[in-house]
Amino acid sequence: MIDWCEKCEEMMQPFLDGALSADEVAKAEKHLETCHWCSKRYRFEERLRHYVRIAVSEPMSPELKAKLAALRTPLN
Amino acid sequence: MSESTPTAADSRRLAEEARARVRFEEEALELSDQVYRVARRLVGTREEAEDLVQQTYERAFRSWRQYTPGTNLRAWLLRILTNLNIDRGRRQQRAPQTASLDTEAGDYFLYNTLEAQGENTDEERVLERLSQDSIVDALADVPHDFRDVLVLVDIGDFSYADAAQILDIPIGTVMSRLHRGRRILKKNLADSVVPTT
Repeated sequence: MIDWCEKCEEMMQPFLDGALSADEVAKAEKHLETCHWCSKRYRFEERLRHYVRIAVSEPMSPELKAKLAALRTPLN
Repeated sequence: MSESTPTAADSRRLAEEARARVRFEEEALELSDQVYRVARRLVGTREEAEDLVQQTYERAFRSWRQYTPGTNLRAWLLRILTNLNIDRGRRQQRAPQTASLDTEAGDYFLYNTLEAQGENTDEERVLERLSQDSIVDALADVPHDFRDVLVLVDIGDFSYADAAQILDIPIGTVMSRLHRGRRILKKNLADSVVPTT
């Protein structure tokens, strides 16, 4: 017998990456509709990815920006 | 008219080339924030990231003719950057490549760990149990082969195919390293909340 929660956990990353086949997506969605436990974890993963992206984003310093601009070929 | 005098056609060609070069440099500079954001997480310190980005632009501006207009310039710049990073011997890498991976946990492990830490199980509230510093550290501690892919796809928003091209590895390797890298990152985050003995 298939443990659908286990299967759903395996499919989570490719599901959120849009890398599953239409058939697999349908299977995952069917399980997620009825499984609160898994759907909560899918939503968490989506939020986590967004949160990580923001947390590790560090803006470039104006000094570096100026250095890069100075590398341009001078206009004659 | 002597032979060394440029003809009108020569002048036009030179002017066109000068314009193409200026256009290339402007387009590349517009991408610098995105290039830096990726660079900053591929290396350990801000100084290294700044050096790497500067070297990348120096090289890109020197070899601008090798870029094919209309192709993905951001990926082209990142290809230069990752090659330079490898050439530098990945100095001061925080995480050794031999890091133990046998402790890899499943994809639900982090949520399960955080959920067990408090009463509120709302996803957003659970997420807030992670600090920004813990996320930065957890990512830095992912072994670099996995981190490179993770940073390109999840931070840099590159496709699997672009990441494969940038790192010169097969797309299947990108996918497996990405999936594994994300699990390692989540395990590191879970460890930051519940220190292991």
